[in-house]
Amino acid sequence: MSYWPLFLSLIAIGVVAAARWQSARQQSVLLPLAISCLVVVLWELACRWTQTRVFPTPGQTWLGLLELIESNRLWGDIAASLFRVTWGFILAVAVGIPLGLVVGWSTRTFRALNPIIQGLRPISPIAWIPIAILWFGIGDGAGIFLIFLSSFFPITVGTMAAVRNISLVHQRSALNFGLSGLELFRRVVLPAALPQIITSLRIALGVAWLVIVAAEMVGMDSGLGYLINDARNAGSRYDLVVATMLVIGAIGIVLDFLIRRLERFDEVRWGYAER
Amino acid sequence: MQPKVVFEKVNKVFERRGADLEVLANIDLSVAPGEFVCLLGPSGCGKSTLLNISGGFEQPTSGRVLIDGEPVQGPNPRRVFVFQEYGIFPWASVWDNVALGLRHLSKDEQHTIVAQVIDLVGLTGFESTYPQELSGGMKQRVEVARALAVDPDVIFMDEPFGALDSLTRLSLRSELIRIWRKSGKTILFVTHDVDESIQLAQRIVVFSDRPGSIKEIIPVPLEHPRDLGSPEYGQIKNHLYDLLGVSHKV
Repeated sequence: MSYWPLFLSLIAIGVVAAARWQSARQQSVLLPLAISCLVVVLWELACRWTQTRVFPTPGQTWLGLLELIESNRLWGDIAASLFRVTWGFILAVAVGIPLGLVVGWSTRTFRALNPIIQGLRPISPIAWIPIAILWFGIGDGAGIFLIFLSSFFPITVGTMAAVRNISLVHQRSALNFGLSGLELFRRVVLPAALPQIITSLRIALGVAWLVIVAAEMVGMDSGLGYLINDARNAGSRYDLVVATMLVIGAIGIVLDFLIRRLERFDEVRWGYAER
Repeated sequence: MQPKVVFEKVNKVFERRGADLEVLANIDLSVAPGEFVCLLGPSGCGKSTLLNISGGFEQPTSGRVLIDGEPVQGPNPRRVFVFQEYGIFPWASVWDNVALGLRHLSKDEQHTIVAQVIDLVGLTGFESTYPQELSGGMKQRVEVARALAVDPDVIFMDEPFGALDSLTRLSLRSELIRIWRKSGKTILFVTHDVDESIQLAQRIVVFSDRPGSIKEIIPVPLEHPRDLGSPEYGQIKNHLYDLLGVSHKV
């Protein structure tokens, strides 16, 4: 029985206790790091106290992760999941943003289409899995279709709401200076809605990353979701299950970080509160 | 001389939760070309509604507004609105904001005009700045520049300085007078600030409480720059306070 949890938790508590002497920048790195260490310690202690043989300890999970990396299997599954998410998301952006702009701006189109959109929206993308497989078979097509569905609704509804939120003075300014048609969309409707559209992209990408794992667990033969299922079925390798879960979380953080870069452009910064 | 803007028996009734709310009652008014007219009245007296009707954003319930003898059909770049709550676009630079109404011109022509009006409102050097980084007073200068760029006949201003601090307001008023005298535009200016109206207008149209009707039209026969301490200024101010039913002492 080793004592590393004791030492690690003492260091982490020390870092937290010394928080008031750290700069804001140090705090935003050191504090989450310390809390993560405490979580790992709790995880380890929970495993020891319950004397579990099934649930992996942090150390076993780490070894599992190394095994996945060395076996080269991980990269293929990451690529498969990212491929489906990327294409499904791009298609959803290409359809959802123009549709949301038009439906949001034109009251008549809004009246006609909004009830249908709101009626389809609450149907979980997971519920579409049988139909996706029926239409596209087991493989990338079904995955891309499901990701398209799960991103399409947040993006379309978010864009619609953004357009309907455009302030009256900006609408009137546009009318006053004779903007109409495509020019109206390019110069006013799209840029006015853009900050909120970017927020909806963030939400949509988050949902897409949730859905792809579920979809791959049920109806696909590659990808991170499939890897989790496969690790459990092939001899209850829960160390590999948890390691894959951590990989999924890490990629989710990276995706969110990348999409948040969009919020930095001069054209949209006005739409976010200073933080 | 044909008047620039004519209001003929303009009435406006809003319907709110089934009940009729009379906002404007029988407004008759005629504004000469190049004239600076202030519409003065308490909040909610319908003066902004009247301005929105003349800008083409709202329709009168009855009566009509004529500009150059033609009834107003809708918004038109010949008649530009300056809003209280910043109508300029936060997603575009100062330059792009000012160039908004010049889309039909060549790049060279746009360049000449934009540089000229930006200079006129004193914003040279801020062309590539975004509105977010400007003070409230500078934002309103951008909006005035955007309006001037299209060389409109009439400028409608709806409490344009209402959101600014009193010192900025004072300096923007003298700027506005300078620009008005240089450009010769017809200006309809809505305000609830008695001092603002005396400092700016050639004529002050005083509105009653809702439903807004014209109580009295008061000429301001003072030359610019106006002396805020002069007895004439004080007399007009006293008269306006009487009309609006405000006490002279605090």
